[in-house]
Amino acid sequence: MSATATADATAAVGSVVHLDGVGLSYGKTRALDAITLDLPSGCMVGLIGPDGVGKSSLLALIAGARAIQQGRIHVLGGDMASARHRRNVCPDIAYMPQGLGKNLYPTLSVYENIDFFGRLFGHDKAERNRRIAGLLRDTGLTAFADRPAAKLSGGMKQKVGLCCALIHDPELLILDEPTTGVDPLSRRQFWELIAAIRNGHPGMSVIVSTAYMEEAAQFDFLIAMNAGRVLATGTPDELKRQTGTDTLDEAFIGLLPEADRSNHTSVDIPPRSEDHDEIAIEAEHLTRRFNDFVAVDDVSFRIRKGEIFGFLGSNGCGKTTTMKMLTGLLPVSEGSARLFGKAIDAGDMSVRRRIGYMSQGFSLYSELTVAQNLDLHARLFDLPAETIAARTDEMIARFDLADVIDALPDALPLGLRQRLSLAVAMIHAPDILILDEPTSGVDPVARDRFWQILAELSRKDNVTIFVSTHFMNEAERCDRVSLMHAGKVLTSDTPAAIVAARGSATLEQAFIACLEQAIADTAELASQPAGSPAPASATTAPLSRRSATFNPTRVLAYSRRETLELLRDPIRATLAVLGSVLLLFVLGYGISMDVENLTFAVLDRDDSAISRDYRLQIAGSRYFTEKAPITDYADLDRRMRAGEIGLAIELPPGFGRDVSRGRHVEIGAWVDGANPTRAETLRSYVQAIHATWLTQKGRELYGEAAIAGSYQLQLRYRYNPDVRSVVAMAPGIIPLLLVMIPAVLAALAVVREKELGSIVNFYVTPVTRLEFLLGTQLPYVVLAFGNFLLLVGFALVVFGVPFTGSFATYALAALLYVTATTGMGLVISAFMNSQIAALFGTVLITLIPAIQYSGLIDPVSSLQGLGALVGRLYPTTYFVTISRGTFSKGLGFETLHNDLLALAIMIPVLVAAGAMLLKKQAR
Amino acid sequence: MRIDNVLRLGIKELRGLVRDPMLLVLIVYSFTLAVYAGAKALPETLNRAAIAIVDEDHSPASTRIGLAFTAPYFSEPRLISQYEMDRRMDAGLDTFALDIPPDFQRDLLARKSPAIQLNVDATRISQAFNGGGYVEQIVSAEIAEFLAHTRNAQAPPIDLALRARFNPELKKSWFGAIDHVITSITMLSIILTGAALIREREHGTIEHLLVMPVSPLEIMVSKVWSMGAVVLVASTLSILFVVKGWLAVTIDGSVALFLLGAALQLFATTSMGIFLATVAGSMPQFGLLLIMTLLPLQTLSGSMTPRESMPQFVQDIMLAAPNTHFVMLAQAILFRGAGLEAVWPQLLALTVIGVVFFLIALRRFRAFLA
Repeated sequence: MSATATADATAAVGSVVHLDGVGLSYGKTRALDAITLDLPSGCMVGLIGPDGVGKSSLLALIAGARAIQQGRIHVLGGDMASARHRRNVCPDIAYMPQGLGKNLYPTLSVYENIDFFGRLFGHDKAERNRRIAGLLRDTGLTAFADRPAAKLSGGMKQKVGLCCALIHDPELLILDEPTTGVDPLSRRQFWELIAAIRNGHPGMSVIVSTAYMEEAAQFDFLIAMNAGRVLATGTPDELKRQTGTDTLDEAFIGLLPEADRSNHTSVDIPPRSEDHDEIAIEAEHLTRRFNDFVAVDDVSFRIRKGEIFGFLGSNGCGKTTTMKMLTGLLPVSEGSARLFGKAIDAGDMSVRRRIGYMSQGFSLYSELTVAQNLDLHARLFDLPAETIAARTDEMIARFDLADVIDALPDALPLGLRQRLSLAVAMIHAPDILILDEPTSGVDPVARDRFWQILAELSRKDNVTIFVSTHFMNEAERCDRVSLMHAGKVLTSDTPAAIVAARGSATLEQAFIACLEQAIADTAELASQPAGSPAPASATTAPLSRRSATFNPTRVLAYSRRETLELLRDPIRATLAVLGSVLLLFVLGYGISMDVENLTFAVLDRDDSAISRDYRLQIAGSRYFTEKAPITDYADLDRRMRAGEIGLAIELPPGFGRDVSRGRHVEIGAWVDGANPTRAETLRSYVQAIHATWLTQKGRELYGEAAIAGSYQLQLRYRYNPDVRSVVAMAPGIIPLLLVMIPAVLAALAVVREKELGSIVNFYVTPVTRLEFLLGTQLPYVVLAFGNFLLLVGFALVVFGVPFTGSFATYALAALLYVTATTGMGLVISAFMNSQIAALFGTVLITLIPAIQYSGLIDPVSSLQGLGALVGRLYPTTYFVTISRGTFSKGLGFETLHNDLLALAIMIPVLVAAGAMLLKKQAR
Repeated sequence: MRIDNVLRLGIKELRGLVRDPMLLVLIVYSFTLAVYAGAKALPETLNRAAIAIVDEDHSPASTRIGLAFTAPYFSEPRLISQYEMDRRMDAGLDTFALDIPPDFQRDLLARKSPAIQLNVDATRISQAFNGGGYVEQIVSAEIAEFLAHTRNAQAPPIDLALRARFNPELKKSWFGAIDHVITSITMLSIILTGAALIREREHGTIEHLLVMPVSPLEIMVSKVWSMGAVVLVASTLSILFVVKGWLAVTIDGSVALFLLGAALQLFATTSMGIFLATVAGSMPQFGLLLIMTLLPLQTLSGSMTPRESMPQFVQDIMLAAPNTHFVMLAQAILFRGAGLEAVWPQLLALTVIGVVFFLIALRRFRAFLA
């Protein structure tokens, strides 16, 4: 495919990338060490080497996605350590990280994804439309423009990723294992596309890392890496000459140091002895539907005991679904599946013990060490306790894991992780192994070792192996293979028979022919190979090189994307809006400061007319509810401890007589002090009632002269004359709801990008930190403001809370407030890397301060210590004042301008803090 | 259900937690500093309430009243004009404004029963009620004493000896501290279990478990016990070292009995966490559901405002929430020193709610895995 490219290589002068003594460490692990390299410009440079030798790290450093720790990196004539240079050249560099569709937004459509990148690079609408149309046409994705990225096959995702990378005509294209996990047909189309693009844009340099040696053989210049160092550089032919080998696979193995090479043995699978005719796995007319979508359509096969059965097909063709049905993970829609003649029943534990399953992406427990993972699985599979240690040791020896026994899986290179995964799946000595793409992304040496183990398992231990793969040399090793496409099995036979039947030279060609025919049959021409694509750049105008420090277009690009994602997740938006209304309702009615129905009981030791009168005086109050009389102190104590009564009154013996005679009497009263606020209220009520009673009695007994109440106190409750809690609470709850929900949403928006990987787009595009944060924040500000309007409407209509002040002031304050609260979420998101921690952290900094320190219950002026400090700095405090002022006190801008100012000041502070704390590169 | 599976899986959860240092920091924070700050921040009873006095009399009696409002209950009264009163109250500067009319002293001595006006900012609900009572008492006492000097009034010889039990000084720090522990218990148990389940699904390991001879019941119980244990240990340490030690709050009742109640509460709330995680499709959705659950639990369970004053239907609905019973139980044991004979109804209610929540969550969880 790139015969012309070789010519370019010789013609190219100078280097596009210059590395000098580059080193990188992750904690104690040394990922790269003293790399000094010159990459020729204008050609296709391949990076080959086992997993975990630092290829991805090196590419991320060159792309500027990762911060340089050691050494110097010059890309396109400038130092990548300089932020200024990075900003200037990033429009010229395109970077596609490892992982299928890693830099795409799954809920956005193909068009929207590419459009987002176009906007980031400042194209206007017409320009974007022209470029996107061209790219979609070239990649054959035109028919899929409206499909969400999540619903694309792996090959298509990679093409969309490429479109996103190419939208801005980069001079340097960096692709990190772009074809890993992609089926042969899509892979071939992908490279044809790259070649066509390079034809139309001869100056472009491409740096690719790959695990496929047959791909690498087509590149102009190769860098072989191992253990963080460069082994050799040169053209593929030079490498082969250097090692005296015929194929690049062998050449690479030849380049490895002696110690690593000794590990390698060529895979040798003896022919299967035919004495096992027992059927291990049997599927008949297996069908699985997800709603309307038929994932697996009428699939039948029989696999004999000890057979290695290969499963091939493009991504999303139903391989994984079939495997999951066989393990009992997914129920079957139609048809049947049997293991050793027994129908699969998801609830049947004995079947599970006979199967070992390795899911795609090796789902190991990343929080457990290698030994702990093995031990956990052994115990879960119920191995007898005394055999566990022996079995674990056996696995460790067999899969050669002794050196990494205490390491965490995430720290291991992919090849080792894969062996650990297999060891885990084998721990209980199952009869059947179901392996879903076990070698995806693993380097040739590790893959060969893996297959050697599979061969032993099959031939020596008679384990039936059902394996899916994208590698043709692996398919050739299977006893039989099936090719699946769109839920159907196209062909199923021994590899040799399939090649013979198709009359092609290799299995790969036979499969591609098979697939193309199937695609033609179903008229699904959409992913046709790009015949002669017109390069995108040929038809487009030169890019405007605007990399100003602040560009509103890029802010809006992020806002637009975030809005689209929000719209695609209607549950989130609905929950945010309806949830807050529901909460306003619940809290508005629920939180009440009115103290009523206080319980009390009397220990009446006198039982005279006067003592009963005293009791009735309290019972008659609307605040108190009388409980059964207290019999003695023990009863009093018990009932008070149980919280049954809040107030106990003891009237002493002879109470009536002493009162009549004017002797000194003392009434005992005990208040439950457990809840101090309530106790305060209770106390003042009792005192008031006592005083009233005294006045009455005094008048009766001693005449007018003794009237205690010689003055009157007129109480005027202002702003809320009925002292209805709901009138006071609703304006206080609105600020509470508008801090928690917007902050959580904004915090998760950014951390989610970090956790799922699309944050890399921010690292390698010209977006500044401020643009990124503001762009992400804007949709949530709009959402929260809409929420505010809804809440106010609800308070007015449903609660009937009167609104007396200036609505314009209130609305302005709300806008400032939600900007500040979403800003708080963004500050949190700059710290946190996991969604759990972000969620927890945000709840922690919003729930308690907003409820307790913001004047919702106790005025801030009466708080003390840390609470008072938090209260004064917290935006909710000011918005509560404004909310209550405008709602209940009829206030407007002239009275509240200081609070508005306080809110307005917080916004730039929060945004600046967020921008400062956020990293523009991975570290 | 196999106990050793449950044990293994639970230990796996604990190991996962240890590997997330940020999460550990947050757990420690919410049981130490947050409790301390919560206890210390709230004003002790009526604290520094802002009061202003409009003295139109300028007599010894009115001056006497003005001088009676002192710290810590009130901030120093501001003497203002009647014109200023409305403006200051509008701006929220004063919670109380006492207006003493002209010729107050003369009318008082002449037994004309003059009227003093007390304006209360009723939007400040908690101070409005308690403070109003205080102001009234202070004014009454001052006037009584003033009159006692000027004439020989005979006060009726009946005293009300009012004592607060369990917390004689009505210190709010007691209440604040325990309240924070209760909040942290609920908040953490829901977040930890729910988020652990969602993380396991997002990383694909839950599927991995299902191909092994492990039942959904075992998976769920392992999460419930492990996360419950973390919170229980943290709250025990918090009660012993932060509340009892650092804050020097005297706890009357049996801490062990409280912890039994806390364990039952955790049984219910961790089940809630699992339930929410099965309902939510992603972490952001879980976050929203969490807020919608935590806020009502926090505000309506009787820990913040007394249950009696809530509308009847809210009280009834909240009986289904474990928090309500837990708050009752915690207050009875920790504040009032109640024993088993007093709190058994709450323990029973918590057990029943826990079992019901657990069964509902298990049903959802099974459906969710299928």
